[in-house]
Amino acid sequence: MNNQPELVLLKNRRPDRPATIEEYRAGGGYAALAATLGKRSPQEVCQLVLDSGLRGRGGAGFPAGRKWAGVKEDAEFPRYLIPNTDEMEPGTFKDRVLVNADPHLVIEGIILSAYAVSAGKGIFFIRPSYEMDAELIERELEVARDAGFLGGNILGSGFSFDLEVHRSAGRYICGEASAQVNAIMGKRAHPNKEVHMAHQGLWGKPTIVNNVETLSCVPGILRQGPEWFKGLARTESGAGTKLYCVSGRVCKPDVFEMPIGTRLSEILDLAGGMCPGAEFKAVLPGGASTEFMPKKFYDVEMDFEPLKAVGHRLGTGAIIVFDKNTCLVGATLNLIEYFARESCGFCTPCREGLPYIRDLLWRIEIGEGKEEYIPLLREMARHMDRSYCAFAPGAAAPVLGLLNYFEEEIREHLSQKKCPYKGLGIEFRDSLIPMEKTESTAPENS
Amino acid sequence: MLPQEIRENIQRLIEAAERPREQVINVFYILQKHYGYFSDEAVREAAALLKMTPLEVEEMATFYDFLYREPVGKFVIQVCDGVVCWMFHENSIFDYLCQKLQVCAGQTTADGLFTVLPTACIGFCDRAPAMLINGVFYGPLTPAKVDEIIAQLRSEHCDLVICK
Ligand SMILES: Cc1cc2nc3c(=O)[nH]c(=O)nc-3n(C[C@H](O)[C@H](O)[C@H](O)COP(=O)(O)O)c2cc1C
Ligand code: SF4
Repeated sequence: MNNQPELVLLKNRRPDRPATIEEYRAGGGYAALAATLGKRSPQEVCQLVLDSGLRGRGGAGFPAGRKWAGVKEDAEFPRYLIPNTDEMEPGTFKDRVLVNADPHLVIEGIILSAYAVSAGKGIFFIRPSYEMDAELIERELEVARDAGFLGGNILGSGFSFDLEVHRSAGRYICGEASAQVNAIMGKRAHPNKEVHMAHQGLWGKPTIVNNVETLSCVPGILRQGPEWFKGLARTESGAGTKLYCVSGRVCKPDVFEMPIGTRLSEILDLAGGMCPGAEFKAVLPGGASTEFMPKKFYDVEMDFEPLKAVGHRLGTGAIIVFDKNTCLVGATLNLIEYFARESCGFCTPCREGLPYIRDLLWRIEIGEGKEEYIPLLREMARHMDRSYCAFAPGAAAPVLGLLNYFEEEIREHLSQKKCPYKGLGIEFRDSLIPMEKTESTAPENS
Repeated sequence: MLPQEIRENIQRLIEAAERPREQVINVFYILQKHYGYFSDEAVREAAALLKMTPLEVEEMATFYDFLYREPVGKFVIQVCDGVVCWMFHENSIFDYLCQKLQVCAGQTTADGLFTVLPTACIGFCDRAPAMLINGVFYGPLTPAKVDEIIAQLRSEHCDLVICK
């Protein structure tokens, strides 16, 4: 293992600005496109990506090649590719950094992936708080179009593809693939599990939704081969590098590109270790929809299989670090507040269950908890598996993590009849209401 | 009344699209920008332009948190209440802003300048605690920085990008 791991996704990252198309091309950018379109068959491209072992970086870790193979050769046209840049998983900001570092890597990855499934149109779905990045991508799409990489008959290959930006207006559920398709079609963004996206997705046509980090791995795979990609990983089962975003009580929160399977301890070292005076308590390894991991997992390999083997999930690879002075009941309450608010409301276990869990956690946090709340919390969290989409089981994950590893901390709240940490764990904004009389309107931000 | 120019802009957008429905959010944003929020008139205009029923428009407009169905101030301050920002909230930026501006969540200051809203994690966890004002990012924040930002917005004319 060498000390300077190879950078694949962030090699053109600069401190002050995105890489230009010239800079991207100088490092071999768009070479894969020229060597692929019209020269390799889409099936070959699919096979290479399958062989590379690339797994989805959007949270679920589904093998990209297998997803693409779901679009059969005789499937209908037009076909759509949706690069998912919704990135609303709390703690996750890697896609923003990636798009900002090297927009043309992202664009080339999208075009190659579209070629693999013969998609004629791509819809770059992006959240509103990334408006600056939406504008950046629109500008760079123009540049790519001028260079002949987008539009009709790209590089004389006979393959035509264009990409447009779709601006969202918020809500976490829009990141879920089938909800995203509904959102693009101008419908309320509920998930749709009745149809298979690869057969009947956007406008009823075959559709592939992939995270932008996943798609950005494709140019490298095509240029340097599946074996090279597999070799990048530190684990036997893994493939490629991974963008780990580290936030919370560390000295240098940032995105770090490392071989997938790098140990948690090493990633935290890269982030400068704990803030001065802070002592490690736990991490959420992959965004808000994963379980808290205590110190005993400090050396775990951050890859899909090793985490699964110890009962955890890589999720988005967004590592949120909590220190000893942070109340995990309060943190879980914050997370459940978020999930309860973001629930799309379509199915009952999620819509009704999450506020119930929130209420239990709230009472515990303010010192009104009872012993029987602990089994009740566990039961309610388990019921989230009965919901319609993966949102609610994700929401239950931090609650289960709290129960599995930090039950002692819950009990301290019960026995002391208050939060043993400083704060109330949550801002009492609702109780702030009767303040100075202000002549103001009170919109409900629904 | 919607000015003719804006109406024509929207019509062009819809006609250029393969399917009008894929322009719903863009049309909503344009109307919101014109009216200052997504007013009842905006709902009616959107319905007519997109050939949707007002109920269908309402169903969409009430779903999204960047569409405001009630009046908001000139500056919409969206304070991140994601778990990472929460961690750094000993002196809660959210509460600080509310106290400073004398409003509670969702309210607008009497001078019509500021509305404060709690917002889902905005994806700037590396610079927590953070907030957006009309789509522009600010962070990491301290009460002193908040004072500075507010003072600047109060005194200078400034056209921040609204999330389109
Ligand atoms: C509630 C929910 C939110 C999601 N949000 C995102 C997101 O913001 N970005 C993303 O890429 N995937 C998100 N996903 C996962 C997508 O459904 C989908 O699996 C993913 O985009 C597929 O891309 P991949 O295979 O490349 O990972 C979300 C899933 C759920 C259940
Ligand atoms: S689990 Fe939640 S987000 Fe998913 S469909 Fe049900 S209510 Fe909607």
